[in-house]
Amino acid sequence: MTGFQEYFGETHNMVRQTAKKFVEREILPFVDEWEEQGGFPRDLYKKAGDAGILGIGYPEAYGGSGGDIFVKIACSEELMRCGSAGVAAGLGSLDISIPPILALGTEDQKQKFVPPVLKGDKISALGVTEPNAGSDVANIRTKAVRSDGHYLVNGSKMFITSGARANQLSCAVRTGGEGHQGISFLVIESDTPGYSVSEKLKKMGWWASDTAQIFFDDCKVPVANLLGREGQGFYGIMQNFQSERLQLSVMANMTARMALEESMKYAREREAFGKTLTGFQVTRHKLVDMATLVEASHEFVYRVAAKIDAGMDQVKEISMAKNFACEVSDKVTYDAVQIHGGFGYMREYLVERLYRDNRILSIGGGTQEIMKEIISKFILT
Amino acid sequence: MNIIVCLKQVPDTETQIKVASDSKSIVTDDVKWVMNPYDEFGVEEALRLKEKFGGEVTVVGLGPKRVTESIRTALAMGADKGILISDDALEGSDSLAVAKALAAAIKELEYDLIFTGQRGVDDDLGIVGAACAELLGIPQMSIIVKVEVAEDGKTVKVTRPVEGENLVIESSLPALITTQKGLNEPRYASLPGIMKAKKKPLEEKTLSDLGLDAAGFGEGGRKMKIVELTPPPARAAGKIVEGETPQEKAAELAKLLHDEAKVI
Repeated sequence: MTGFQEYFGETHNMVRQTAKKFVEREILPFVDEWEEQGGFPRDLYKKAGDAGILGIGYPEAYGGSGGDIFVKIACSEELMRCGSAGVAAGLGSLDISIPPILALGTEDQKQKFVPPVLKGDKISALGVTEPNAGSDVANIRTKAVRSDGHYLVNGSKMFITSGARANQLSCAVRTGGEGHQGISFLVIESDTPGYSVSEKLKKMGWWASDTAQIFFDDCKVPVANLLGREGQGFYGIMQNFQSERLQLSVMANMTARMALEESMKYAREREAFGKTLTGFQVTRHKLVDMATLVEASHEFVYRVAAKIDAGMDQVKEISMAKNFACEVSDKVTYDAVQIHGGFGYMREYLVERLYRDNRILSIGGGTQEIMKEIISKFILT
Repeated sequence: MNIIVCLKQVPDTETQIKVASDSKSIVTDDVKWVMNPYDEFGVEEALRLKEKFGGEVTVVGLGPKRVTESIRTALAMGADKGILISDDALEGSDSLAVAKALAAAIKELEYDLIFTGQRGVDDDLGIVGAACAELLGIPQMSIIVKVEVAEDGKTVKVTRPVEGENLVIESSLPALITTQKGLNEPRYASLPGIMKAKKKPLEEKTLSDLGLDAAGFGEGGRKMKIVELTPPPARAAGKIVEGETPQEKAAELAKLLHDEAKVI
């Protein structure tokens, strides 16, 4: 193949095959059960670690497998193919919690907190959002007061993906005054005295991932667990957002793609008024519109990813890509359920789950509205 | 212990197979190609034996350039080197011709054991393994689910399931084993493995490199001709067994199985 730039080559295809096999063998046979149960077994982390899947995109020095951004994307796309974004999000909670450690941590901290997670021995989560601070990150109130080689942490973290059973939390806390300059990052281990976890929160979607509230009550965290310097936390959070938004864009694209594929399959088989749904122009055109959006969103996200991989700053573009991908998956999952009619409202059909799982994507990792505020600053000032 | 694994590339089992307009081949445009799943068992078993006894695992594949990707997957799993037999004259060869080419390539290597899949999941013929062993003049044990090589590495004991029982066969080495599902669970090709595989030797050989005359290969050399390919018949609508009580339903079901389905 010549004449145009292809994002995925032989290495990417081979990684894709590995991830696909992993999904077929370890996830697909059980995924419906896990969805209904509201969780997947902990040993799935170990299995994914052993297969080298968790380490993709991380340096080999910390037990990672290396690889460029498209290796990561190929793997994420195949994990999404299990049909449960909850499983993908649960396995993927390290992708939002390990980067701050790598960006801000010392060599000792990296060696201590990264390899066990990439191996699947420990579960890592990110703690930024609080009951009263979501989009308004600079307003977080969880306080960490330094005394005698420790931080005494008080407060709580909300909607923490993998929070119910995480062993460590990359956690934003307030060590200084008001505003974003007062925020620092601590790695808080779950066995620290004063650390407690709520029941699993019941959610609209992502049923297979455990989400929880985490409480700190005079939680005594060693100063050695401070990432970077005091006051660098906000920088760590912002650093993280670019890759988190890319991940969410990929999730939105795959959600839309699967909804499209399911709809095409259904429309070819389902008969109404004596012909298949594809016999109706209204359905054909709907499917064409869905396919066009899915295609455009994939290309957009890949393009932005390629630029991120080349080291270019893509804050504006990835914010646009995330919003675009989420709007596409909002529309495509809606239409997919519509094409399926009553069956699309039934749990037996994948589109029902895709429709529910999709809803969080335009909220997590920065809401649509916050994305627009970010973009507007780039294009209007 | 040096082990050879023969590898075929086949359409991914999820691929929607379409018969081409000539009615004798399939449309390959949208086909995704993967390592024959039975061959994957062979790669895994070879790697386990290598881990125990040392030695080298060589993967021998045959087909167009794209087969390289499957050979690299085997290398990424841990095999040491690969050979791709690739020649335009091979296009359209039957199983016997394929076995001839494989045997010619294998003859030049040192080996104690050869693994092939018990069949390719595309043609479902199951000929290549047996023909290859015959051409090499070594014992062949087919459809094997358990392989135990003696501590001294001189003999092998294998298990083949037969009608719910197990047949245990012992053989001297070198020998050829065709693998069956249940033999093992193949490992994943990890990304570091994939990166390492790029540096492992992968040799390409033509028929003339193997000292073979192209005339015996390809469409012209076929002893077996494909007359026609037809897709399986579309599944007919199911039937709901009527009846007031379970007894009535069972009687009706038995009647249908006997009279209509003719299976009892």
